Amino acid sequence: MEEKKGGRRSFPKAALTMAPLYLFTLVFVAGPLVYMFVLSFLTRAESWGVVGEFTLQNYADIFEPVYLETFWESIKLALLSTVIIAAVGYPFGYFMAKLPPKWKKRAMLLLMIPFWTSSLIRLYGWIIIFRANGVLDSALMGLRVTQEPLKLLYTYPAVVVGMVYALLPFMIFSVYSSAEKLDFSLVEAARDLGASPLRAFLTVSFKLTLPGLLSGVVLTFVPSMGLFFIADILGGNKVVLVGNLIQEQLMKTHNWPFAAALSVALLLLTTLILFLYRKISGVKDLEGLV
Amino acid sequence: MKNKTKLPNVYLGVILALMYVPILLVILYSFNESKISSVWAGFSLKWYEELFRDKAMFQALGNTLFLGVVSSLSAGVIGTLGAYGMSKVNFRSKGAVEYLSTLPIMIPEIILGMVFMAFFSLIGIPFGMGALILAHTAFCIPYVFMLVKARLVGMDKTLSEAALDLGASPVRVFFDITLPLTMPAIVSGMLLAFAMSIDDVIISVFVTGPEVNTLPIKIYTQLKTGVTPEINALCTLLFLATLLLCGLAAWLGRGPKKTKKDVTAK
Repeated sequence: MEEKKGGRRSFPKAALTMAPLYLFTLVFVAGPLVYMFVLSFLTRAESWGVVGEFTLQNYADIFEPVYLETFWESIKLALLSTVIIAAVGYPFGYFMAKLPPKWKKRAMLLLMIPFWTSSLIRLYGWIIIFRANGVLDSALMGLRVTQEPLKLLYTYPAVVVGMVYALLPFMIFSVYSSAEKLDFSLVEAARDLGASPLRAFLTVSFKLTLPGLLSGVVLTFVPSMGLFFIADILGGNKVVLVGNLIQEQLMKTHNWPFAAALSVALLLLTTLILFLYRKISGVKDLEGLV
Repeated sequence: MKNKTKLPNVYLGVILALMYVPILLVILYSFNESKISSVWAGFSLKWYEELFRDKAMFQALGNTLFLGVVSSLSAGVIGTLGAYGMSKVNFRSKGAVEYLSTLPIMIPEIILGMVFMAFFSLIGIPFGMGALILAHTAFCIPYVFMLVKARLVGMDKTLSEAALDLGASPVRVFFDITLPLTMPAIVSGMLLAFAMSIDDVIISVFVTGPEVNTLPIKIYTQLKTGVTPEINALCTLLFLATLLLCGLAAWLGRGPKKTKKDVTAK
């Protein structure tokens, strides 16, 4: 009370506008997350629901070979997708930043349209392409590249393509935003001082756009483990990710505590990646050379 | 110089073209007479006719739009006010709340869907539209909050100080100065939130009730079980709506951005 009278300095009334955000965040973000942790230590009831008995069984279950395998497969798929996305998206973002302003705007608009288009529509397009005797098969056989239909739908490569396609824009945007801040006269200076184009790129451009690349990696790696509907639709039942497993445990098996434990594990993995990202980009900031 | 820039431009063009291939195929096959998408049997509008007769589809469309509008609007209000209040104070729990309120877009959506499902059934919120609105608002807030916060940080504080010195009340300063200046950020944050809301499958699947369908959920189930070209027709119309929205966003963003660029360029 006293402090409030003291005037604007200690606690301005304007700060009260934060109340809805505080409240909402506490109840609908912190609350559910806390409940997830609690739930992951509870026991599953016979048919439906949860019993309030403490157990570590849910976490022990994760280490069963079937589930460990799923985690490992998810990480492998996420890594593969991320590497491809970086290989395709990095040059894209970098070249885009070098365009003249007018073209930059146009490229940005052309990029925004598919990005804003429903991910399901784009996924459906890939079904049409990959389907047995679909567009891809007809094209390849028409060109006599292959003799028989590849039948790529419901295979691992189809899921990888779907992931790459869905997440590529995130990589492009973050590389672009750091490449746009890049002062290209620095590259020219390096060239003038006798550096080869490759060396100038590696020592100047690449180093300065590394934060963008890294945040792109985080933005593609993290979601790719949870995008269960891509694995579902393009992979059939052949590709099972952690996301699919969680969904299955919730909707079909109704083992909520185990789903919660899986989510906690996935969250820990995500946090670890974010931590590594901070650490790596932080180290980069400190060094400045090399 | 010209020759040097050619190869990168070809690369940009090819990748951009590839991004459109799946979308264009969906559109193309919406005009296909045949039910099987691998066969082209001639031009037809019959799938559009069928789509317009499908009442469930329109209901789902209505639900999707309602959900998108309500959650992006509430996120707009909560996020803007929150970012404004945060810019005014500095205390210890601020960082924690900032972190927590951006968390919904940092963690995988599947986790969010899972925790909402479990939490809502714990506190007795029935699955359906209400639960959908709460869940969508939760992941819409960060978009508005982060964009508005960034805008407020970059804003010239002397303007509002001058108004205060001249005797304007803080409320009036907020509505006459702060709000108009942050409007572009609020609008683009809400547009982004709206786009995310009407496209969301993962979180919606978990918190929707048996009677409430949104378009993404409906399309998702159809893609899993078997599609009719009616979905192509629907997707084509949705794509047109996206084009309109993108055009609108580009047109809205044009004014202030241009002047800003001109100022920095000169």
